[in-house]
Amino acid sequence: MSRVIEMARLMQGNEAVAEGALAAGVRFFAGYPITPSTEIAEIMAERLPRLGGKFIQMEDEIASIAAIIGASLAGVKSITATSGPGFSLMQENIGFAAMAEVPIVIVNVQRSGPSTGMPTAPAQGDVMQSRWGTHGDHPVIVLSPSSVREAYDLAVRSVNLAEKYRVPVVLLMDEVIGHLREKVVLPSPGELEVVNRVEPDVGPEKYLPFGAGDQGVPPMANFGSGYRYHVTGLVHDPKGLPTNNPVVAEKLIKRLQNKIDLNLDDIMIDTGKNLEDAEIVVLAYGATARSALQAVKDARKEGIKAGLYRPAVLWPFPQQKVGALAENARAVLVPEMNLGQYRLEVERVAGERTRVVGVNRVHGELITPEEILAALREVHKHDARS
Amino acid sequence: MMQDLEKYLRVNMFPHMWCPGCGNGIVLSSLLRAVDKLKLDQNQTVIVGGIGCSSRAAGYLDFNTLHTTHGRALAFATGIKLARPELKVIVITGDGDCTSIGGNHFIHAARRNIDLTVLLFNNSIYGMTGGQYSPLTPVKKMATTAPYGTIEPNFDVADLARAAGATFVARSTTYHSNMLTGLIAEGIQHKGFSLVEAITACPTAYGRRNKMKSPADMLIWQKDNAVHINKAEQMSPGELAEKIVIGRLYCKEAPEYTELYDEVIKQAMGQVSGSVTSITGKGGKTSG
Repeated sequence: MSRVIEMARLMQGNEAVAEGALAAGVRFFAGYPITPSTEIAEIMAERLPRLGGKFIQMEDEIASIAAIIGASLAGVKSITATSGPGFSLMQENIGFAAMAEVPIVIVNVQRSGPSTGMPTAPAQGDVMQSRWGTHGDHPVIVLSPSSVREAYDLAVRSVNLAEKYRVPVVLLMDEVIGHLREKVVLPSPGELEVVNRVEPDVGPEKYLPFGAGDQGVPPMANFGSGYRYHVTGLVHDPKGLPTNNPVVAEKLIKRLQNKIDLNLDDIMIDTGKNLEDAEIVVLAYGATARSALQAVKDARKEGIKAGLYRPAVLWPFPQQKVGALAENARAVLVPEMNLGQYRLEVERVAGERTRVVGVNRVHGELITPEEILAALREVHKHDARS
Repeated sequence: MMQDLEKYLRVNMFPHMWCPGCGNGIVLSSLLRAVDKLKLDQNQTVIVGGIGCSSRAAGYLDFNTLHTTHGRALAFATGIKLARPELKVIVITGDGDCTSIGGNHFIHAARRNIDLTVLLFNNSIYGMTGGQYSPLTPVKKMATTAPYGTIEPNFDVADLARAAGATFVARSTTYHSNMLTGLIAEGIQHKGFSLVEAITACPTAYGRRNKMKSPADMLIWQKDNAVHINKAEQMSPGELAEKIVIGRLYCKEAPEYTELYDEVIKQAMGQVSGSVTSITGKGGKTSG
């Protein structure tokens, strides 16, 4: 099957996503061409049949996500890749996957928006849409890589989390990470943790396809495996049958949310730099975190006690961690290529304990280290005065 | 007979949600008779529905069943069939679900000639939402959103399917339910994309507004207006206006999508030297 890749190689972010997905066991891809994610589809079209997998170019993004949900129900790990306009079209079926607990991964290589925006320009404008884009209260996991190697690792992780928690997982890329080429050394297949969905350990007569207590993840029987059951986007009972019973409805919706919220420690991935004595915390993710890291280093040279906190999982929100950082920091600086979408969430958690300041650009270019450094100096001066 | 069919039903789901006089039960019974005739393995059969009165039938059936989003059943079904070609996949859908919101998925699934069987319950109306016109509502009919009569021409969905690439197209009515059973069975057996259109009655949302007050009036309308394809071939377009042509309307052999993809896999794995396009008879250069 796949060769062991031990040597360092030059790799593009989108290519790393495709390789990571394949390494995690993905054998089905359905998608529709869209800049700046198209390379993922092209690579999958070539690589999947070599592994006995399947690729299909669907008629649109609505069909693409529908097809991967179908393939996943049939027992094959499945992903799709898109960008803003396609991600908007996928929202309805993201809700279906959340409700019907179907493991899927949606790669969204973000571009400038709204609407067609600037198709080749970077932006981080889909942060809130990735959390709340589909209607109704629903669980979702969203990951954001900052390097090509991390794009690979998080692609593997996205597939694993989807399988483990039976949720749609969004791998929220930045255009610059998708198109970035970096030297990477990939882990050998033996080093990877690959998670497969838990299948039922009882016979078909006793199987409850959606029965898992108040917070659990039910075992998943694949279509054709001898367990006949009903899958629906309607509110359903533990057998999968539609109901309007208010008790059953509330129990279901709360369990779907609990299975993610109560496992935040297992799901969360984050990193820090110089946080121990940081007086100003820069909270950044994706490509912006690269500029933020440089800005923090430069600020230290000027005697500003800055640190970087970088969540690689954006949703569920790292509530406790951000709360703890806010206890000791005089300010939290949140640079984003949007008008402050994640900053609002930081303010919700940290706003009463510390000052939360945004650095926001929506001009289709990266936020530079200098811009963040300038903001750090500003905050530092403000704090010195007060 | 009914007792034999009961094994295909989730009887704990009954009573069903359909109105008195609804024809959907007749279509469903034709489907089950066809499944029984072919002795399909329930464990290896998937039934996918969209949204609407007819699509709800998926929940009543004891197979692997999937009740999807509005119009998208064929896209979900495409994923299932491509991932696991050994499964029989049957799609149940309505006129609004299939030809309005799902029209794009319909023509593309037909174009691919993927081995899915579509059973289209055509009741000429959006029943579940209370009687709005669909792309299959005939012109000059009354609907809640056409209080002065429809002015939009309707699709002939059989022609649409054939033009898009479907390789089996048939139509029957709930009055001609035995014929319907036979056509569904043929559609399931056919290798490739099959459409079986079942003309069914919605007295509640359609008949009452269109001078067919009772379920019996609607069945009589089907009986009086249906013309078998063999007879229709001898009739002029004028004579056929407003008639329902029933029977096996079109059938041809053509390469099936999942089988073609298996050839792609063989080529990608280096097991065959020729190109994939060669088996479609169109030639092409070798790249494996």
